[in-house]
Amino acid sequence: MAYAGYEATGGAVRRHRAIKILLAGGFGVGKTTLVGAVSEIRPLRTEEPLTESGKYVDSTAGVERKTTTTVAMDFGRITLRDDLVLYLFGTPGQERFWFMWDELALGALGAVVLADTRRLADCFPAIDYFERRDIPFIVALNVFDGSRRYSVEDVRVALDLDPSLPIVLCDARSKESAKEVLITLIEHVLYVTDTPVAR
Amino acid sequence: MVRPYAVTRGRTRPAGAPFDLVATVIVTQARTADLGELGPEHFSVLQLAQAPTTVVDIASDVDLPLGVVRILLADLRELGLVVIQAPIPVKARQVDRETLREVLHGLRGL
Repeated sequence: MAYAGYEATGGAVRRHRAIKILLAGGFGVGKTTLVGAVSEIRPLRTEEPLTESGKYVDSTAGVERKTTTTVAMDFGRITLRDDLVLYLFGTPGQERFWFMWDELALGALGAVVLADTRRLADCFPAIDYFERRDIPFIVALNVFDGSRRYSVEDVRVALDLDPSLPIVLCDARSKESAKEVLITLIEHVLYVTDTPVAR
Repeated sequence: MVRPYAVTRGRTRPAGAPFDLVATVIVTQARTADLGELGPEHFSVLQLAQAPTTVVDIASDVDLPLGVVRILLADLRELGLVVIQAPIPVKARQVDRETLREVLHGLRGL
């Protein structure tokens, strides 16, 4: 993308502000759907180290050592202003993908942990990860088929989350709902950085 | 299926200092470098960076894995053909309130 005021030869290139937000959650919880609801979803591939059990792929011939295979990520971009862009990265929640998280988490503003109340345990690794790295996060419960088996407070207890940590219900297919999730996260970041915010 | 690391001649690590996924890539006016070592993918990346753009946007547009694009960008940086600028807000704890308010305002207006 081009930025207004850019001069190739001058030292004064206008720097754009890139806000990086992570979206973590278990397989099939709706990460791709949520990214697609609120932004233009774009292709992005990265590499996964091959484990002993994952030696089934031989598409990396030419690598010094055959240690990686390619995985797709959810990547969405929301241009808020010419010089202010939100980048959303949806990453699989399992520990074996943490090598990707380590790259994504560096410099991330915050994270959304997307959870399915039928499989709450799937989001434990993500919550642990963000707590350990002091990355502000919220939990969004994707409500499937309009059914929810637990209240927000039940989930808070089950996940052992601080009362100040927002838990929101969402419909990952809805743009308005996805927007509310992101707004809740930004408000939470303002809160945890000790900044009063007028709602 | 393309063999992604063939375009880096088997290298799996970028040269030089690490850079952020959302760092801005800017093409310089340097034209003195020896271009003979560069492959077609290097030129594809250069083309995409004619206007300042981010590492991740380039990776998405050029349709190569992120790790490969990092290596290509690091090569171009070594030759002085691009500079790679760290993004302004590097961490939640450092981002300014005004920017966060702008983000909120922008999101509400989507």
